[in-house]
Amino acid sequence: MTLILEAAVLGVLTGGVYALMASGLTLIFGVMRIINVGHGALVILGAYLSFVLWRNMGVDPFVSLIVTMPVMFILGVILQIVFVRPLKTDREALSVLVTYALALGIEGLLGYFFTSNYVQITAWYDTASFPVGDFHITYVYVYGFLLCLAILGAIFLMLYRTTFGAAIRATMLNRTAAQLVGIDVDRVSAVTFGIGMATAAAGGVVFGITNAFNPGSHYDLISRLLTIIVLGGLGSLRGAVIAALVMLVIQDITAVVISPVWAAFVFFVVLVAVLLFRPQGLFGITVRDRV
Amino acid sequence: MRRALIATVAGAGLALTACGAGTATATPTPGAPITIGVSVSLTGDFSSDGPALEKGYDLWAEDVNKKGGLLGHQVTMKYVDDTSSTQQVVTNYQNLISSEKVALVFGPYSSLLTKPAATVVDRLGYAFPEPAGGAPSVFALGLHSLFFVQPAAIEDNLVSYTNWVLSLPADQRPKTVAYATEDDPFTQPQIDKAKKLLEAAGIQTVSYKVYPAETTDFTPLALKVASSHADAVILGTQVPDAIAFVKTFISQHYNPKTIIETAGPDQGSQYSDKLGANTEGIMVPAGWTSGSQAYGNPTFVAEYIAKYGGTAADMSADSAEAYSVGQVVEQAATKANSIDNQKLIDTLHTGTYQTVQGPMGWDSVGKPQGGVGVFVEQWQNGSAVFVYPPSVAAAQPEYPKHDWQ
Repeated sequence: MTLILEAAVLGVLTGGVYALMASGLTLIFGVMRIINVGHGALVILGAYLSFVLWRNMGVDPFVSLIVTMPVMFILGVILQIVFVRPLKTDREALSVLVTYALALGIEGLLGYFFTSNYVQITAWYDTASFPVGDFHITYVYVYGFLLCLAILGAIFLMLYRTTFGAAIRATMLNRTAAQLVGIDVDRVSAVTFGIGMATAAAGGVVFGITNAFNPGSHYDLISRLLTIIVLGGLGSLRGAVIAALVMLVIQDITAVVISPVWAAFVFFVVLVAVLLFRPQGLFGITVRDRV
Repeated sequence: MRRALIATVAGAGLALTACGAGTATATPTPGAPITIGVSVSLTGDFSSDGPALEKGYDLWAEDVNKKGGLLGHQVTMKYVDDTSSTQQVVTNYQNLISSEKVALVFGPYSSLLTKPAATVVDRLGYAFPEPAGGAPSVFALGLHSLFFVQPAAIEDNLVSYTNWVLSLPADQRPKTVAYATEDDPFTQPQIDKAKKLLEAAGIQTVSYKVYPAETTDFTPLALKVASSHADAVILGTQVPDAIAFVKTFISQHYNPKTIIETAGPDQGSQYSDKLGANTEGIMVPAGWTSGSQAYGNPTFVAEYIAKYGGTAADMSADSAEAYSVGQVVEQAATKANSIDNQKLIDTLHTGTYQTVQGPMGWDSVGKPQGGVGVFVEQWQNGSAVFVYPPSVAAAQPEYPKHDWQ
């Protein structure tokens, strides 16, 4: 019983980090209707940026976010303008190709500079833990979860308490109507892509502390992130958060109680069951194509 | 009528292609430079092992060229990335042999990739000395052209370790063991054999978990192992999970009397950088150590450090295994006085060959025979040293292992 509780707690804590990583992906889809399969590579890029600051300058990985998040934000705006904005027709399909190419480019560049050797960011809190009942919780998972709460809280505030957030939500609901009422959707898209990349940097730092990674680590990551936003509902930030927690809790409990081999399967059973009753995902909005 | 003619011509073409496939190998002109082709994993799951293989192969090629070449042929290595994919590795060897017309091919990393590659290389009539495909499923192919250049078959890798455990006085011996392994042909056979041997000796299994190789979050698995409170932990790992398990054990204040991991601790600084002093006492099965006095090893280590920098502790066993492939081919070529693939295959099936991992020979399906076996290596004071069997041990095994630092 203790082990199940421990797995559930761990699932919630790591789920928060995955929610952080998936939040950018779902926001980008919501605003631009593009499937950014390069998002995993952007998370790994964020992890490498923090790794460089930690290794070369001794900057604490969480503190390094003061630098890496703005850098990734600016890079995101540039990437959106250069690679995504030119896609005027058939955005969903073409975006898969463009962002996959982006992922391969990032992987190649990281491989050139860092080789394919595994690296990992280390800090005192990656193994230090505190007791809770009969088990121990590692500090890094708690810090990662708090970071997730802070950043996702800020994004929610921005979305629901600012004019720019209203512009983002309007663009998500109807891009054409948003343009008609005077919203600069190109600007909204670029900034949203930047926000998505900044959250990737934040998720990347926790991933980089809890996992050994190399430039190719994004493949397994992106499949998880895409699954999360499908369960949560494409474009739904709230859905991404709930789905990440559900996914990690189910998988972690299944891994310790039944078998790790069944962990992904059990989650996919839940995913299929949800999609049968709600094809748009837990919190997705049904969009009807207009003729 | 016309359709029948086309069918006949197409059928004849296919038949000729099939016949030709087995006779692709050609002997190069005496003294002409030759190219040796290798599919390496530069991206994907094995992307940290691929470059280590390259280093070993390159170093051997440099050495043999300094000595005048392989039977007078200057050697150039040609590498192609297989992205750790079982499909791409097959395509790569087909291209290397059929299009690039390389004179010889050496093996890729892992049993997972060696198995599909070996079948196509055999069909094309080439010898396939390989450094990293020693799973039972590779030998089950029954290929006469394959030679696994390590001191023992993969499934026997933990036999030395189990012998050491069983050699401990009964009152000190671990009474319980927890096992966890990737479902990979390199790791799982080792774990299953160790489990069988230890259970037969009365040591109780308290946890046994197999997890998919594509798993990225190892913490729940490590929690399961830690919760078993087993005296010994035996893990079928590669580098990322080898590190993740240990980190979780530290955070859970779980310190078993002995831990062995099938891979990870043998990767030098790539492993120790992440764990620091907490590598102390962790074991790994190893056929090679940088301090070994085996044939050519001191020179190999010195040349490696001169070329790639770092220290002996930074060296990956993958590089030594790749270098050994070159050594056995060089000796076989000298013995056969030819680099013809069929002659090399016939020659490699006879006698014993010296490598930086020690002497070895092969049975009819490429399984190592008569080698010195795989030993137990343990991290002690910041470097990995042989600790068992006593005939090769540079230090006494540290048991029980010290507490985490």
